[in-house]
Amino acid sequence: MDAQLLLFVLAVFGISIGAGFLGSLLGLGGAIIVTPALTLLFGLDIRYAIGASIVSVIATSSGAAIAYIRDGITNVRIGMFLEIGTTLGAITGAFLSALVDPRFLSVTFGVLLLYSGIMMALKTKSELPEGVRNHPLSARLRLASSYRDPALGRDVAYNVDGAWGGLGMMYAAGVISGLLGIGSGAFKVMAMDLFMKLPMKVSSATSNFMIGVTAAASAGIYFLRGDIDPQVAAPVALGVLLGATVGARVMKRLKSRVLRLVFVPVLAVVAIQMIVKGVAP
Amino acid sequence: MSEEKVVRAERAIGRILQVGVLASAAVILVGLVLLLATGSSGYPAGAFPSDPAQVLAGLAAGRPYAVISAGLLLLILTPVLRVGISVIVFVREKDRPFVGITVLVFLILVASFLLGKVE
Repeated sequence: MDAQLLLFVLAVFGISIGAGFLGSLLGLGGAIIVTPALTLLFGLDIRYAIGASIVSVIATSSGAAIAYIRDGITNVRIGMFLEIGTTLGAITGAFLSALVDPRFLSVTFGVLLLYSGIMMALKTKSELPEGVRNHPLSARLRLASSYRDPALGRDVAYNVDGAWGGLGMMYAAGVISGLLGIGSGAFKVMAMDLFMKLPMKVSSATSNFMIGVTAAASAGIYFLRGDIDPQVAAPVALGVLLGATVGARVMKRLKSRVLRLVFVPVLAVVAIQMIVKGVAP
Repeated sequence: MSEEKVVRAERAIGRILQVGVLASAAVILVGLVLLLATGSSGYPAGAFPSDPAQVLAGLAAGRPYAVISAGLLLLILTPVLRVGISVIVFVREKDRPFVGITVLVFLILVASFLLGKVE
């Protein structure tokens, strides 16, 4: 048995558990942790890091969605409607990525992380949105729904605003995802939050549900291009699946504000490291 | 469409994900254990299968990298399969707008895989 390989696999597996856990809590793909960890800690080529991270996005999504759908937190109908935008955007982005320099990717990814961090820090302390109108399209597609919130100890019914605006933002999120190999969950959560005015947990769980499809649209292309190295992607997939399964069970009991406060500094540090790596000679 | 039907459709979609996740995790784990136990990937250094035909050929030969890649392909296909089966679920529930939406998403996904091959 190759001891060095075993050590690498175990280290990547361990980090991926954490990535899947945090990703499933916040509606982000684990990529936000996996890509920087693989490039910064293990010195991996960003090409393979992105290939592995796109696998982590799919694993986070599918792993967490099982529990979120069972608990009724995921709004499957909203997710599927918005997937029209994310999948079209992902194709656009994946083709752009073959034309763009990896160093530029590093910087872009860093700026993207920083931006997500600021968006998350700006989140207000309101637990649930109030006085939301139901958009005519939302009414026609029956998007409004309700879920049981164990942290509040009651059922939460909600309307869905800004259906077209949300769909447009999802196209942008898809382009970013295809370009950088991440699910750009932060953008999806933000769009559902700001445009459609959904409760935070619904945005997070529904983003989680969608990022798998967005990533799958790009992952096929990455796989055929030879960017998905089995030795790296295997421990990532297994670790993330485990972490996401646990994370989805924990999330419903938590208030999202606490999570954001913990996560924002982590994002900021990683973002700055990525930007430095891309800019340094 | 009744609330009960919505819940039933969502449960069915959740189950597809569960089957896909468990199957792919099992295959990846077998491949990874094979890789670590034999200390050989079954391919020259730095090489690995990168299309479904190579994966199937390597799988038949029991090469660890091919087993892992087969599991990864299953994992990648799970969300696609989820969308495909959702079409059937919505057809059964007679939910016209969502039959249209899921068919459209499925076609975009298929197009993205085909485009990847052409490139």
